[in-house]
Amino acid sequence: MAERIKAAEKFKRNRVPMPEQPPEKRVKNFDEVPLGYTLEDAIEEAQRCLQCKPAACIEGCPADVHIPQFIDKVIDEDLEGAFKEIKITNGLPAVCGRVCPQEEQCEEKCVMNKKGKPIAIGRLERYVADWAREHGVGDEKPQKSSQPKKIAIVGSGPAGLACATDLAKLGYDVTIYEALHKPGGVLIYGIPEFRLPKSIVDYEINKIKELGVKIITNYIIGLTESVDSLIEKYDAVFLGNGAGAPRFMGIPGENLNGVYSASEFLTRSNLMRAFDFPKYDTPINVGKRVAVIGGGNVAMDAVRTAKRLGAEDAIIVYRRSRTEIPARAEEIEHAEAEGIQFELLTNPVRVIGDENGNVKGLECLRMELGEPDESGRRRPIPIEGSNFVLDVDNVIIAIGQSANPIVARSATGVETNKWGYFVADEETGHTTHPKVWAGGDIVTGAATVILAVGAGKKAAESINKYLEEQG
Amino acid sequence: MYKILEKERWSESVFSYIIDAPYVAKAAQPGQFIVLITRPTGERIPLTIADSSAEEGWVQIVFQVVGKSTLELSLMEKNDELYSFAGPLGTASELENFGGKVVIIGGGIGIAPIHPIARKLKEMGNYVVSVIGARTKELLIMEDKIREASNELIVVTDDGSYGRKALVTEPLDEMLKTEGENIKKIWAIGPPIMMKFCTKTAVANGRGNDIIVSLNPIMVDGTGMCGACRVTVGGKTKFACVDGPEFIGGLVDFDEFMGRQRQYIEKEKNALESYKAKLQKEGRV
Ligand SMILES: Cc1cc2nc3c(=O)[nH]c(=O)nc-3n(C[C@H](O)[C@H](O)[C@H](O)COP(=O)(O)OP(=O)(O)OC[C@H]3O[C@@H](n4cnc5c(N)ncnc54)[C@H](O)[C@@H]3O)c2cc1C
Ligand SMILES: Cc1cc2nc3c(=O)[nH]c(=O)nc-3n(C[C@H](O)[C@H](O)[C@H](O)COP(=O)(O)OP(=O)(O)OC[C@H]3O[C@@H](n4cnc5c(N)ncnc54)[C@H](O)[C@@H]3O)c2cc1C
Ligand code: SF4
Ligand code: SF4
Ligand code: FES
Repeated sequence: MAERIKAAEKFKRNRVPMPEQPPEKRVKNFDEVPLGYTLEDAIEEAQRCLQCKPAACIEGCPADVHIPQFIDKVIDEDLEGAFKEIKITNGLPAVCGRVCPQEEQCEEKCVMNKKGKPIAIGRLERYVADWAREHGVGDEKPQKSSQPKKIAIVGSGPAGLACATDLAKLGYDVTIYEALHKPGGVLIYGIPEFRLPKSIVDYEINKIKELGVKIITNYIIGLTESVDSLIEKYDAVFLGNGAGAPRFMGIPGENLNGVYSASEFLTRSNLMRAFDFPKYDTPINVGKRVAVIGGGNVAMDAVRTAKRLGAEDAIIVYRRSRTEIPARAEEIEHAEAEGIQFELLTNPVRVIGDENGNVKGLECLRMELGEPDESGRRRPIPIEGSNFVLDVDNVIIAIGQSANPIVARSATGVETNKWGYFVADEETGHTTHPKVWAGGDIVTGAATVILAVGAGKKAAESINKYLEEQG
Repeated sequence: MYKILEKERWSESVFSYIIDAPYVAKAAQPGQFIVLITRPTGERIPLTIADSSAEEGWVQIVFQVVGKSTLELSLMEKNDELYSFAGPLGTASELENFGGKVVIIGGGIGIAPIHPIARKLKEMGNYVVSVIGARTKELLIMEDKIREASNELIVVTDDGSYGRKALVTEPLDEMLKTEGENIKKIWAIGPPIMMKFCTKTAVANGRGNDIIVSLNPIMVDGTGMCGACRVTVGGKTKFACVDGPEFIGGLVDFDEFMGRQRQYIEKEKNALESYKAKLQKEGRV
């Protein structure tokens, strides 16, 4: 059992770094980049925590993870206890510890952040969850289903999985309907292996199945069966179908061969494992030079994937400056270390093709920053006559996703807003239909894993209350 | 699940499978398709629903062997199970009583998907003239079924080995010229080049807006989540898997569509060659 150190010592110590695969090596494989803490690393980091009461960090966590409590147990090497503490509020800690934007959430609020040395909460959460997985420590099994009530969940992304987990633990009979052949949502088809190994997602999903949740894949709600029909057959319905429809820019040449949406590019590589072609049958074309348009996490994932698939030059094309890039700092740093190039203050105007209809260039305009716009960020303004051409073989468009209307079209009485997102109560996820709840990206627009988890949990609680009232 | 209930070989390279898929069968309508995967390392391949029975819970697919995935599918046997089978996808054909003649054209493998369309149109009271064509007699499929689903049937082959020696566009052109407005609607499903020329014929007769074609671009998910299937229709980008697969022929940018289909041709060729070599080594062909 490690000792508790004095406060003065806590302030002196630095964040314990996490070992990583070196950049030269990792750009040649799809293995995870950060390698995780050792037990010694974890204890050393945990010792820095001030155990604040009340704990500011918890306010920053959308899932209200019991942060100081679990960290304290790490110092005692009570990893099982730490895991259980986390699991009280967060069903997917191995995932969140890896992909949460901690620097804007728990770690931003951590009081140690004032000194620029927030506790590495995400890394600790990941360590504890990985330990539990490796040691086969799981959830307590729910009591045998005492509830004859049936709930249908549409979509098996983090929102649907979280909602299903909580309802199953309460003893309900839960069925998830998933359009694709594999459950997991963005965790499976979007976020690359080198940031979130698929074996971890598969493990979590198996645990959820062990709770008695049925997952029916290859089942497209809105086509195979309507939401209306689910409403008839089930006592309550949760819609967690995400917002995965790709946006294009509407510039000339976008349909040339070699132009991908980030969704297609990442789905081919992650879900269909095109990186392992021809062992897997789905092909992907990556040339010598690849431009990725956009500056978010999705753009970073696409550009780093392109590099690993053999692009010599993988270039981010972003219309504002470095300060405005919305991607996580960690992702940008990882990308830079891997040799990703950045064409900032640059906006594409046209994709140029060769005589065979293949991409050969991307015509761009240089931009400068003007006054701040509604979003508070300085508006990029094109510099007239600054057109230039980037010679590239592929263009990947990562400028955002929107709602796919298939589900909503089949849901009578469930209101959507002008962007096609479901209108739902922020606290409960209840939609305008008495038997229907919704949460995750399909309510908020593209957001984060942990927000989707939070929305799924809130909805589960509200559904339980509703069904208890129904008797 | 997704068991192959029946397997038939209709020609050298064309196969018909009946698949156990009750959910899909229950919702399937003419014009829609499914996406299947043969085994976990396979790719998602879209195929039109050739027929289905909601009561008996099966779906029929008819496919031609063109590359590795379809070759692998053709090597599966009765009672084998597919890894994945999802649908029905896409929008259904917009069928109604058009109050006159409807010409239905099926070329090659495209004859299978026109069958449910012709049958339904006839049921609805249209006078259905079907034109089916193939390169040669051996490749002509479903003649009897199409005859039954139509009021009139015209058979053509490129080489004249059976029926009339002509391309499907020829009878279409003649009918449009002699019967004019009496022909209310045209469906043309087959190889892209055939649909392109049927559309050209319709356009030349001032009927570009009355011809419906079914586009088969390369797809991944088939549910509107990736954009692989985008086609330009009427100057706008559409996703064939959700906005189609059927579109008004006269509005389709066929050259772009056909160019996009060739995107992976090199990789596909290599995959097919090495798969064939592997089969040979294993003594399976
Ligand atoms: C490339 C990429 C990287 C990201 N990186 C991060 C990150 O680092 N950190 C972070 O916090 N967030 C990240 N996000 C965002 C995060 O993944 C999402 O906010 C989160 O997954 C939303 O969860 P969800 O459950 O609402 O939807 P999704 O994860 O999108 O899941 C929805 C599920 O519903 C299914 N579905 C859709 N339509 C139907 C239908 N008609 N019938 C049945 N099923 C259907 C889908 O196939 C899917 O499985 C990233 C997103 C992407 C695309
Ligand atoms: C909506 C839709 C409905 C379809 N219905 C049928 C059907 O009923 N029967 C049938 O035999 N085929 C149909 N197809 C085409 C079928 O999906 C392809 O032939 C199949 O995916 C080829 O896979 P492969 O690996 O065997 O060949 P590949 O090695 O992938 O390709 C071989 C050749 O086929 C072309 N090709 C590849 N993928 C596609 C594709 N998705 N669509 C069209 N051409 C492609 C390539 O350009 C290449 O020349 C349909 C396609 C779509 C999109
Ligand atoms: S779930 Fe995310 S925000 Fe919450 S403590 Fe864990 S890493 Fe931080
Ligand atoms: S705010 Fe920081 S130091 Fe305080 S309890 Fe939370 S993690 Fe520990
Ligand atoms: S196939 Fe992915 S959007 Fe149509």
